[in-house]
Amino acid sequence: MLPVNINLSINGKLHQIEAQENMPLLWVIRDIIGLTGTKFGCGVSQCGACSVLIDGQLTKSCSYLVSSAIGKEIFTIEGTSKNLEFLRKAWNDGNVPQCGYCQSGQLIAATSLLNSIENPTDKDIDDAMSNNICRCGTYTRIKKAIHKAVALKNETL
Amino acid sequence: MSKIAKINRRDFVKLFGLASSGIMLGCNISSDKKDFIPQVDGTFTPNLFVQIKKDGNIIIIASRSEMGQGIRTSLASAIADELEADWQYITVKQAIGHEKYGNQNTDGSRSVRTRLEPMRKMGAIAKMMLITAAAKKWNIKEIDCKAENHFIINKNTKEKIFFGDLVESAALLKIPSDENINLKKVEDFKFIGKTLKSVDLHDFTHGKAIYGIDVKIPNMKYAAIARCPVAFGSVKKYTKNKAEKVADVTDIFDLERLKPPTGKFFGMFGGVAVIANNTWAAFQGKLALNIEWNNGENESFNTEEFKKILEERVHKKGKLVPGSRGNVNAAFKNAEKIVEATYHVPFLVHAPMEVPNATAYYQKNNIEVWAPVQDPQTARAELAHFFEIPIENITVNVTFLGGGFGRKSKSDFVVEAVAISKKINAPVQVVWTREDDIQHSFYHATSAQYLKGGIDKNGQVTSWLQRVGFPSIVSSFKPISDYASGFELGQGFTSNPYQFHNFRLENVKAEANLRIGWLRSVVHIHSAFGNNCFIDELAFAAKKDPIQFHLELLGKDRIVTGKSKFPYNSARMKKVLKNTATNANWGKKLPENHGLGVAIHYSFYSYVATIVEVSVLHKKVKVENIWTTIDCGLALNKDNIKNQLEGAAIFGMSIALYGKISTKEGAVEQHNFFDYQMTRMKNAPKIHIDILDKMHEPPTGVGEPGVPVIAPAICNAIFNATSTRARSLPLVGFGLV
Ligand code: FES
Ligand code: FES
Repeated sequence: MLPVNINLSINGKLHQIEAQENMPLLWVIRDIIGLTGTKFGCGVSQCGACSVLIDGQLTKSCSYLVSSAIGKEIFTIEGTSKNLEFLRKAWNDGNVPQCGYCQSGQLIAATSLLNSIENPTDKDIDDAMSNNICRCGTYTRIKKAIHKAVALKNETL
Repeated sequence: MSKIAKINRRDFVKLFGLASSGIMLGCNISSDKKDFIPQVDGTFTPNLFVQIKKDGNIIIIASRSEMGQGIRTSLASAIADELEADWQYITVKQAIGHEKYGNQNTDGSRSVRTRLEPMRKMGAIAKMMLITAAAKKWNIKEIDCKAENHFIINKNTKEKIFFGDLVESAALLKIPSDENINLKKVEDFKFIGKTLKSVDLHDFTHGKAIYGIDVKIPNMKYAAIARCPVAFGSVKKYTKNKAEKVADVTDIFDLERLKPPTGKFFGMFGGVAVIANNTWAAFQGKLALNIEWNNGENESFNTEEFKKILEERVHKKGKLVPGSRGNVNAAFKNAEKIVEATYHVPFLVHAPMEVPNATAYYQKNNIEVWAPVQDPQTARAELAHFFEIPIENITVNVTFLGGGFGRKSKSDFVVEAVAISKKINAPVQVVWTREDDIQHSFYHATSAQYLKGGIDKNGQVTSWLQRVGFPSIVSSFKPISDYASGFELGQGFTSNPYQFHNFRLENVKAEANLRIGWLRSVVHIHSAFGNNCFIDELAFAAKKDPIQFHLELLGKDRIVTGKSKFPYNSARMKKVLKNTATNANWGKKLPENHGLGVAIHYSFYSYVATIVEVSVLHKKVKVENIWTTIDCGLALNKDNIKNQLEGAAIFGMSIALYGKISTKEGAVEQHNFFDYQMTRMKNAPKIHIDILDKMHEPPTGVGEPGVPVIAPAICNAIFNATSTRARSLPLVGFGLV
């Protein structure tokens, strides 16, 4: 198959690339565009390391064809948004990461959660975050940090 | 030492970085001169680990690999503390793999244990020299100066000079000799024993930390390797026409197995390599291959059968292990009650979030590698061995590790990358799929244990017989190693903390039909499981409270000095247990269907006790709470230790509830996270960590000791809730998850 020209908008920036249409977005972002913050963990929608937002929708980029992303806005860990910045601050305050590898995906999933629920309960957090594996086991801190991010946000209102 | 004498005094001063750190770190002094640290103009580089710039910025070299245990922050903080540096000026840089840094093997929970003092000295040397430089400037004695928060202060006049402004003059001074180095008192620590956040937080939260898999080299190719489903099998024949048609696949060839020489290194499996322009194409090409394998002698290996075989063996007499004492059989005859139980732990795999991967560029007589390795020096030596290239021509750059857990101590994936780069004459990144990682690892061994205990009429344990069998790690280094080795049995079997008068340990045969490796806390997983579950069974038979029972068995306060400089102290073990009982409110009235279980273990010289609270509803276990107390001596970075123990609780839960690698006809049956499951947030309990303050004791292990206690404490809690014993892991196989 011949590669096709594809325009992708990532974090507000347009990228013109050539890729196979059936390539998962993850590998286009990582290997062709060179943004390596989005991680590979399983390749089969099991771990959430590859999480990105596509038009605001939480998506596992390992299982999402690049051709489906054409014309949409892709948001990765290299991007910035209000909620992501509150989360980053809270992650920092809570000294959350261990190896850090899963944390891009965790932060994107948490951003998506705060985008849809302003003040999530523990149960909301469990539901939203259980698609993201952390082999180092930082769940306690992630949960606390999400609550903290909400608190930080409320302080600034 | 002989080489030092030959270096003249001026060279010595110029090169003191290596010379001095060499003396203190026990590094090889006779390293080639060109490996000595470069003295960069306009900086002060008193040793291999510290460089101070004119603007006051300090670069600290991290010699151990960062895999989530926070070592870059911990060891840097020790240097900064002695140096009286302002933490904001510190940047940490990762060392390449080189023996000039001393031992870099990052495993065995020993980085802080073995490196704290040498690193403190590196900071102290720098401080002393800055003080000397300032004293000269003021024309006063050094004793009238002190360092404080990035300044040297004249104690008499209170004048002060910024570190950066002393760089040039300090760079001209001689280094103080080892015996003149004074270290700070515990009371004066600024960073040590406190909490410092990870120096890498910003990079971690912005996707900027570069792991092995993130390395990009100009013109780099990507490679995936199809390996035989059965360990050590080889390619019989294969067709590649379908794979060749996969877009972006550029090359396909078979890769021969590299067998390690007896006693060292890991080699690599071999198989069929698919080279491509991106990772995805390499993975797709690999899937499109049609390969016939020579499965070899392991093709009949079936873990279900092996479990039965091991269990049969532990029910018969085994080899007596030294360290046994008394006469168990006589004691059994006089016992009031006899309790027997058989326990089983399956094969396990590390599954770090970042799969094994490495990037390599082989050029004529030169190799450069970028890889997430726990042991860069062994990787380097291994490359020199297999590719017959002088070791000085090999550079191993250590990236961040997206988790290690022992998997990345074995550098087979690095050897693969170099072998492929050599063949294709271009830089290449080898990436394992998750399926590769789960199916072709160095597995944590399976084990069977049989225990028999005798209790007298006062409920005292009079005799303890333990027979154990598990494939040995040594089998990965020496072909026929059918019995667990002494160092493995030393992990909690011969060294259990209990005072049994009659104690007999037997070792039974256990062949290895998979590559065996070590996984976070290693054999302690088996020993803590058998010991703690069985003690709980004995306590029940003796009608005693499990905590009281443990305390009685730990015996009187005693200190056992072995070969190491870390004597075992039973009072410390009892203290962590009592502390945990208090934290968990042991003895409290529990809600219906809830149960509490306890486990204690001594590993990597640290003392750990854990209490778990579970609920069991409709035969489903939920872990509600985990309380862990650790006594790890001096606690270098408190919040980091807490994070490690929280993580260990989750890791231990994954072992207890889900972890199981099984084989059929030699091939591993699991594939990915859907059938090799992990604890997820919705199953995570509340975790309560307590670190005992032992600032005057030397630091001991942290990364691993929190793991072994979790599975037995969970099983004991399940018994407390349901009166059912779970003796075989994982619990998912027990219908309890
Ligand atoms: S890599 Fe996409 S979910 Fe794991
Ligand atoms: S921090 Fe290591 S996997 Fe989450």
